[in-house]
Amino acid sequence: MDTLVVHVLNALLYASVMFLIAGGLSLIYGVMRIVNLAHGNLYAFGAYVTAWAVGRALGGATEASLWMYALLPVGALAAAALGAVLEPTLLRPLYRRAEEYQLLITFGLLLILEDVMRFLWGPYPLQASALYEGLGSLRFGESIYPTYNLVVIVVGAAAAAALWAFVYRTQFGVVLRATSQNMRMAQALGVNVNRVYVQAFTLGCFMAGLGGSVIVPQQGAVLGMGVDALILAFVVVVIGGLGSLEGALIGALMVGVVREAGITFFPEIELAVLYLMAAVVLLIRPAGILGRA
Amino acid sequence: MTASPRRVLAWSAPVLLGLIALPFVVPPYQTVLLSYGLVFAIAALGFNLLLGYTGLLSFGHSAYFGTGAYAVAFIVKYLKLESMEAFLLGGILASGAVAALFGLLCVRYTKIFFGILTLALSQVLWSLAFKFFWVTGGSDGLRVPTPTLLGGTVRAGGDKFEFLSHRYYFYVLAVFVICVAVMWVIVHSPFGKALQSIRDNETRAEFVGVQVWHYRWVAFLISGMFTGLAGALWVPLNGLTTPDILHWTFSGRMVFFTVLGGFQTFFGPIVGAVIYNYLETYAVGNTVYWQMVLGIVLVVLVLALPAGVVGTLRRLGLRPVKVT
Repeated sequence: MDTLVVHVLNALLYASVMFLIAGGLSLIYGVMRIVNLAHGNLYAFGAYVTAWAVGRALGGATEASLWMYALLPVGALAAAALGAVLEPTLLRPLYRRAEEYQLLITFGLLLILEDVMRFLWGPYPLQASALYEGLGSLRFGESIYPTYNLVVIVVGAAAAAALWAFVYRTQFGVVLRATSQNMRMAQALGVNVNRVYVQAFTLGCFMAGLGGSVIVPQQGAVLGMGVDALILAFVVVVIGGLGSLEGALIGALMVGVVREAGITFFPEIELAVLYLMAAVVLLIRPAGILGRA
Repeated sequence: MTASPRRVLAWSAPVLLGLIALPFVVPPYQTVLLSYGLVFAIAALGFNLLLGYTGLLSFGHSAYFGTGAYAVAFIVKYLKLESMEAFLLGGILASGAVAALFGLLCVRYTKIFFGILTLALSQVLWSLAFKFFWVTGGSDGLRVPTPTLLGGTVRAGGDKFEFLSHRYYFYVLAVFVICVAVMWVIVHSPFGKALQSIRDNETRAEFVGVQVWHYRWVAFLISGMFTGLAGALWVPLNGLTTPDILHWTFSGRMVFFTVLGGFQTFFGPIVGAVIYNYLETYAVGNTVYWQMVLGIVLVVLVLALPAGVVGTLRRLGLRPVKVT
């Protein structure tokens, strides 16, 4: 029973981070019809910035003070700022061009960002584990569980709720959905599509950066983490439906459960099962569980 | 894309003669480097049958390159063969089998869904190669010895590097020329014309009686086999096969060099693959930030030279081959 609780919490932990990454990817695709291959690197960028900020704040100390938890959003804000610069400079010239070129430019961006992080923070992993250890652990009967993981789950859930409220309950959300459904019609009705695109891209990058920020105290930041995360995010959005936020949530929960089960019961084929899940969903429902074709 | 065979021959014969004379002029290192370029060019030829001629962007061609390479490694490990012809046959058959299966699933879709599905399937193979280390060697990969050529009549002898830079270079060159000729015939055949009609207008192609689904599947199969052949040729050069060549970023490189050369032309991907190989080798050799160099080249290319090297030369009026 206790181990079941731990397994469920672990699944929710994966799902939270996966939702933050995949939700951003899906939002960007839903509004702009661009699959951003560099999205995983924005997640990694958020992780690096937070780890760096925490490292500076600690300044050699090993114990984290409570105020340092306020540094968690720094990575998310940095990723959002990066996104706000990248969209108008690199992506905007390509909207009229074929899909292939959009994929290629984001692939080029992926390569560049990978080395920007290597240049800024060196080839070695960065840690922010003081924040992770600072919160201690909780006891469920026989088993203990790190309190910080619960923080990640809460942040993931809060982000999902905030995003839902944002998209479905605000004026900006209406414009966003209108642009997503019919960009030309929205433009004809006076929506500044360019501005909506920048905002959507920035918001998507913010979410990816937030995912990196909250997970870095637990996992650390390493080169290549973005590329791996991107593929899992693909699996999530393909299962849930490209462009659907609800789909990203369902997909993230499914991937979280399968990963946790996979690590426990079938570690050799855990990743293969995830990719196969994506392939099977694509075959049965190409638009994903909640997507529209 | 029609070009008179005579003009193509007039232009490619001197190039071919130059390639044959090369090992007697340049240092051995250069011919080995060019061998890599020619191998990638074969993969690009196969890849471009899908992208340039059928209009399908695959982000999972590492699967076929890797299958070709691992097929060779398994032939060495389990069948204890060392004949290059067996390697090539095994590589083509194995990648053909994988492409036939994956193609059945993928060709029902186009555009971004096709790209993501090919990517997801290639990642299945990557994760299997990565995790089943008792079969595949995991991230250490599998070693492949130098093969014997032409049914065992040409052997490696003592100096492996001398073998690779000389006899193996000619072998790669011969296979390359055969591949170019075969692909040329394929894209100029009625079958190739049908693929181009599908690319340009799927609905009309179907209307005039082209079985779109079937043609796409056959194109996928041929494309996978060419790429698998390249993988099989690549292993003896590298001496080792690792899961890296199955990873989706390797597929990204294939897309890169095809676009670098220009995917709207027949010879573009070949030129792109050779240039890319030099670019990557020198970037890796000179800076730890080689990915940034490649990324910047790719971004500039997409923004400024979308037609690629060969396509741009053509537009400037320098027409090595008239391909319209």
